Formats: sequence, C-alpha cells, structure tokens
Amino acid sequence: MSIELVCPAGTPSALRAAVEAGAHSVYCGFRDETNARNFPGLNFSPDELVEGVRFAHAHGAKVLVAINTFAKAGAMDAWKAALANAETAGADAVILADLAVLDHAATHHPNLRLHLSVQAAAATPEAIAFYADTFGVKRIVMPRVLSVEEIAKLNAAINVETEAFVFGGLCPMTEGRCSLSSYATGKSPNLTGVCSPPEHVAYTEDKDGTATRLAGFTIDRFGAGEQAGYPTLCKGRFVAGGKTSYLFEDPVSLNAASLIAALAKAGVTALKIEGRQRGKGYVAEVVRTFRAAVEAIDAGRTEVEVGRLLAGLVEGGRQTSGAYKKAWR
Amino acid sequence: MPETTAMTKTGLTLGPVLFNWSADRLRDFYARIADEADVDRVHLGEVVCGKRQPFTDGLWPELIERLQAAGKQVVLSTLALPYNPRERAAVLDFCQAGELPEINDLTALPTVAGKPFLVGPFVNVYNEGAARVLASRGATGICLPVELPITSVAVIAAALPEVEFELYAFGRLPLALSGRCYHARLHGLHKDGCQFVCDRDPDGLAVDTLDGQRFLAINGIQTLSHGVEAFCPTADELGKLGVRRLRLSPHTVDMVVVSRLYRALLDGRASRAETLAALQALDLPGELVDGFTRGQPGSARVEMA
Repeated sequence: MSIELVCPAGTPSALRAAVEAGAHSVYCGFRDETNARNFPGLNFSPDELVEGVRFAHAHGAKVLVAINTFAKAGAMDAWKAALANAETAGADAVILADLAVLDHAATHHPNLRLHLSVQAAAATPEAIAFYADTFGVKRIVMPRVLSVEEIAKLNAAINVETEAFVFGGLCPMTEGRCSLSSYATGKSPNLTGVCSPPEHVAYTEDKDGTATRLAGFTIDRFGAGEQAGYPTLCKGRFVAGGKTSYLFEDPVSLNAASLIAALAKAGVTALKIEGRQRGKGYVAEVVRTFRAAVEAIDAGRTEVEVGRLLAGLVEGGRQTSGAYKKAWR
Repeated sequence: MPETTAMTKTGLTLGPVLFNWSADRLRDFYARIADEADVDRVHLGEVVCGKRQPFTDGLWPELIERLQAAGKQVVLSTLALPYNPRERAAVLDFCQAGELPEINDLTALPTVAGKPFLVGPFVNVYNEGAARVLASRGATGICLPVELPITSVAVIAAALPEVEFELYAFGRLPLALSGRCYHARLHGLHKDGCQFVCDRDPDGLAVDTLDGQRFLAINGIQTLSHGVEAFCPTADELGKLGVRRLRLSPHTVDMVVVSRLYRALLDGRASRAETLAALQALDLPGELVDGFTRGQPGSARVEMA
C-alpha cells in the first residue's frame, strides 16, 4: 500500500487546495485553544469542519482533527466540545496529546479513531504501548528526535501505525516538553496553543539595523537591507560562552523528501507535512510535489528522479533533514 | 479541603541534580545534605542525559544508604527523555530498585503501574483529568509542570485530595529538552563525541541575547531559565492551594542554607520578605523570578515587597 500523505489545512480553502492537489489526508483544528496552531485567521468553526469533511470525503481524502493541546484545569469544556464536534462532523481521526483528553475520548467517543500527537512526545515502545493499551490509540506521530534507523527499530517493537514529519517548520526542542515561549511571553504551546505569539513581537529599527524582539527579549538582529525574519524563540541568535550563534537551531526548515523511500522501508505509515499557517498556494504546490514523489517511489523509480521532482521546493530557504540522518549526533 | 492537610508539616524535597557534576562532587554534596540539610526527601538519579549515566550509576547505592541512615526518604528519579535501549533499560532498573521511583516520562508507566510512584515535573499534568489518570495507576505524589499557574494548581489539587502535590520552588527552571545537545553544538562537537563539555558549567551555561539581556541557560540537551525560581509561599498559602510539598533544585550555591531558609519560611519562623532577601544575598546564578506561579511570563521578577 502506498504511503499516506498527511497535509496541513489551516483554513477551509487550504483544505480544498490540499485535497485537490492529491493529499490522502488533511489535518486541521478548531478556532480555539484546543489546537496547537491557535493563531488569528486560522482554523475551522464546527460548521466549516462539517463542510470540509464533506468535501474531503467526496474526493476520497480523510480529515484528521488536531485537538492536541493540554486542557486547562477546571475548564475542559472546550476540549470536550471539540471531540464531540469532530465526531459529529465525521472526522476520520482526532490527534490528541493530553491524558485527560485521551481518557475522555476513549470513554465517551469509543468510535473515534485516536492518533497520538507529536506534542505527547512518545518515543519509546513502552510509552507507546501505554497509550495503545490504555486509550486504544491507533497511530503515533513521532517526536522529531529519532533517526531513520531508530524509527525502523521502533516500528518493529510496536503494533500501532507511525507518522513522521517530512517537510516544513522544525522544532529543535522535543515538542510538548517546551516552555521557552511562556518563559518570555506567558504563552506557550502547552498552555495556550501558541509559540512566540505575534502580539509579543516587535521589529525595532536603530542605527545598526533591525532588532526582532519577543516580549522585549532580542531574538535576532538584521543589518540594514537584510530581510528580518520572524522572531521564533528557538531560531534566534544568542550569546553563550562568549560565542554568538544560532545556538538552538539555524533558521532552517525540515525537508526529508530524499528519505521518503527509507521512511517507507522503516515501516512508517504516513508522512506529515507541517504548515497549517501557510497559504493555499504554498500548500497546493508542496502537496502536489510530494504526491508525485510518493507515486514515483511506489512505481519503483530511483531516488535521483524523485530528487529532481522535489528540486523546485528546495530553492530559497535553507533546509535540513533534522534528526533523521543522525546529523544531530 | 480536609482538616489534616493544613495540620501536616509541609514537606521539603531536594530534587535531582540536573547538571553534570562529577561523582566526587556528588558524593561530597550528598554527604553534606545527609548531615545538615533541612529536607525530608532527596531525589537521586540522572534525569537529563543518558550519556552521563555510566559516570554516576555506581554511586547511587552508597548514597541511598548514606541518606537513609540520616533519616531522609530517598526517591530515584528517571530520565526525562529516554529513547535508546540502554536508557530505557536504565529507567526500568530504577523503577524496580525497591526505592520509591519518580517517573519523568511515560516510558516507566507500565512498569510502575499498581505500585506507589511519584510523577516528576517533566510529565505533562496540566489538569485534574491527567492527574486522575496517573493517580489511578498508583501515583501518590505529583510535582506539577513549572509553567502551570497556581490558579490551575489549586483546581487540580482540590480534585485529588489523596495525591500529594508538589511545586518546583527553587532553582533555574527546566524549560525544554531536545534530541540535540547544545553544549556539544556550541563547542563544535557532535553529541556522540561530546567530550562531556557540559561538566564545565555546574549551574548551566548562561545564554544572553544579542543586546546583553540575561535570558536562558543550557545544560547539555536541556534548556533552563537564566533566572532562579524563588516561589516563597507561607505554609498557610500552600495549604489553601492544597499543595503539601515544595521542591528545591540543586545548584552550586549552599543548598543546606537554601533548605534552612525554606524550612524557616514554611514553619512560620521567617516572613516571605525575609526569605527572599536572604536568598538574594546568596551567590545565585541568576535573578529571582516567579512569574509562572502568577500566570505571568516565567521570567517576571519576584516582587520583593
């Protein structure tokens, strides 16, 4: 069976664009703190999800709904409503991270298929077995810290599906275990579904160029005429031990396109493209290219040819294969 | 809230050492803790980096004995981000060693289920439902995540009066973990050949912004705050929150002094202002912060008044 391509749908129009471009599945979230891309202008109302699922199903694609933040103490109603609305809309699966949300879904929505979000950071056979045995989780979105060899070994040791990120933004920190953003701004992925939120961002011009700041902390500086990048906390330049560097991660994005065949061989069920904050034009182009690459690999064509297909996407921004090639070791 | 909660003396825990301290340093440190520190519970174990474990593995049995002989309860804390087979085996070993284990990742859950265990601050317990899932499997104590505001703490603790809730009260805040080692990266080394350069920074290495603002600190694969958490509630305030224990995270500063300051605060022998002033007078690696507890950015400074 062909490897499944799971594509981002930040908005209803991005959902349609991804489905039309050949996505096997799309993932999206509700317009509130229940999903980890809780940014203004993004996401779905319950009605929009109903319509999105109808459109996707009519085109043979699945819809996975990310309800992947940690419910606020004493205020779980939004998460309960999100689960109910996902089921009502006919979602093919929900992507969850919080033990409380998993427990509620397993108890009250036994027919909903459960996927474990990368935010749960389950990287060992023991942890994965816990989620599978306790809540009936069927698929794990793997933390982006494993090499392809380790993924192959992991797949041999577990009996649920795995999904691996292959393209887009890359967190150098283990997702779901990071409070850097809230240390600076008070808001974080786990607390509020956002990282380095725009309302705390400032671009300040001075004689040396532009400083990008997050809640007053300088994240990077750019010379006059240089394009100032968005101050995502872990992609900034800092000074440590007398050295100035991109200490945590260079401003790069993940591209593991050259590893599609290797990931399939390692037993991965689905490939995930990051980018719910991206526009429909970008999403359509990336999805179309990856779909062609997946089909080329299915047809037994060489990696060189696949690489040529993907060459267009590699232009521009700098890219990395992240942890997959053990470059982080 | 049950009457007994306020009656019981608030516990003080010395958390696991997060930094790469040598076996000699650890032996000296814990000997002094055993003899002089005013804490009733001490956590042992390497929780940050599996590569450091071989240097300390042989040390724990003698330290367990030393601390227990001094009347301290000993807890074995497991690795926060295990993934290779050796690290996974180490987690399971710790959980089967016979002491009370603290899990910092759900890898250990199938092993500890049904027996009493503690949950460390690296496990995501953001609400009463998550706490209930863990308590139903045997968790008797939970040290909540550092970014959780006390308004949430109160809700969680009220829902599970049978669980002993603990807050991270002193030390640089553990903010993030990574598959990548930042000490190695900074020194131009690969993680596999890291030369254990993190041992040069026994409180973590300060990370400043390009404009010279104090911001963060690195400790191998871990990122901490530059600021030092100093959550200084009275025993009454803690009782109202339903919190029965505070955690002090070891630094090179004299932890015996820190433990005595917190004990005096919790026993009502010192005020919050006196405690903060005394803490500030110590040779700490960073400024005093407590924003997370107030629902503010974690970097927000302690208000001394």
